[in-house]
Amino acid sequence: MDQCGNHPFKLYTNPNAFKLMIEVKNLHKSFGNTEVLKGISTLFEKGKTNLIIGQSGSGKTVFIKCLLGLYNYEDGVISYDGKVFSELSEDQKRDLRSDIGMVFQGSALFDSMTIAENVMFPLKMFSNQSMSEMKDRVDFVLKRVDLIDAHDKMPSEASGGMQKRVAIARAIVNNPKYLFCDEPNSGLDPKTAIIIDNLIKEITEEYDITTVINSHDMNSVMEIGEKIVFLKNGLKAWEGSKETIFKTDNEVVTDFVYSSELMKKVRQMYIEEEQ
Amino acid sequence: MIVEMFRKPTKWSVMKQLIFKDIDDLIIGSLGIVAFISFFVGGVVTIQTALNIDNPLIPKSLIGFATRQSIILEFAPTFMSIIMAGKVGSFITSSIGTMRVTEQIDALEVMGINSLNYLVFPKFIALMFYPFVISISMFLGIFGGMIACVYGGFASLDEYILGIQTQFDPFHVTYAFVKTIVFAFVLATIPSYHGYYMKGGALEVGKASTTSFVWTSVVIILLNYILTQMLLS
Repeated sequence: MDQCGNHPFKLYTNPNAFKLMIEVKNLHKSFGNTEVLKGISTLFEKGKTNLIIGQSGSGKTVFIKCLLGLYNYEDGVISYDGKVFSELSEDQKRDLRSDIGMVFQGSALFDSMTIAENVMFPLKMFSNQSMSEMKDRVDFVLKRVDLIDAHDKMPSEASGGMQKRVAIARAIVNNPKYLFCDEPNSGLDPKTAIIIDNLIKEITEEYDITTVINSHDMNSVMEIGEKIVFLKNGLKAWEGSKETIFKTDNEVVTDFVYSSELMKKVRQMYIEEEQ
Repeated sequence: MIVEMFRKPTKWSVMKQLIFKDIDDLIIGSLGIVAFISFFVGGVVTIQTALNIDNPLIPKSLIGFATRQSIILEFAPTFMSIIMAGKVGSFITSSIGTMRVTEQIDALEVMGINSLNYLVFPKFIALMFYPFVISISMFLGIFGGMIACVYGGFASLDEYILGIQTQFDPFHVTYAFVKTIVFAFVLATIPSYHGYYMKGGALEVGKASTTSFVWTSVVIILLNYILTQMLLS
């Protein structure tokens, strides 16, 4: 049994295993003598916005980078659509990654390219479309993220919110199966943060993709958290949804989520309404 | 790193643009400073040689001869490569290092792109044009020496031209270009390595650039000694 009471073989005996998109079993990752991930097991389903939450230093970013193969892990299994990541060759991993879109915490836009060129980049690399087809697709996704007028701007000329939206546009331009977002609304004002959250949720539903978001923003949790995995000290301390997080009496979760007076009041109101 | 650089190549239509961009940044962008330094150092070598010839039995054509030998054998291939380690090497380390710090390399990897091939291979190819820069350096060094010699009144134009033609050994040019190609490889790989594998933030990018300059210079100087021993002795 793991720290959440799940049986370690549950994921592999699940008859729907191949319908589920990303499975993680008993993931361990250390840096030197420091064990950052201490055996995390979970699964992220298709068409849902899956949130990984937890305090700074709880292992969220390391977890997501292990999922993406940017970090090698010591033990555990990560599988995408039943394909075990560690058993894939380097070339197969790269092929799999062409189905992945990623929004980095700092956006990671290419400085030397305009916004349109940044968005077109995955198409240029992986599709055989003509230039006019690629331009049409770029216009479509830029319109989708409400940035059609920012076409020829350089990333340095765009605001933080705009850069995040460009990063989302770049991540979805090639119709990925999986979308990963690392702190997509960090450093943004509350209104822009909500716009980004809603955009990610709408895109997830529209394209029926598996979205995994790292966040410690409680607004995001309450707005879009269809599945929430709570990490503490490298362990999965709780998992549930935005509905169940209101009802949980898990002290570790309530300490973190309801640490502010405002959130305590929101929870109180929710419970009273339920009753 | 070098083996990985050749694996899973980037689409040729994209790679072609990257190579042209790097030729522009690394080769064409260096021509100005190379021309400036070569012209004036050529002049200084000539003046110093001329001022050290005070024996009337030594022909004035020796000024041209000494300038040619200094420029072709040592100044253009080696001294210029050390300067390029500062200019091109620092540029490569800092540009790749900044991409590492700002997660742009991670973004390439997540997209399934071989980031070493995407970032380092075009620089490697662009620097195969480095002998072209060194040819210009050789020409302008000798030309700068000629201007300094004639207009400084150290020797006549005929004497200088006679000097640069005296005992010309074509193998010296071959030797210079063999060194240049080896140094081009060093200039492409060591700075890329320091940029690609750096860890940390903006401060570390600066440190990586300095370290890469130091190591590139050290390797160039050591290889210069080894190649000279192998090819000339």
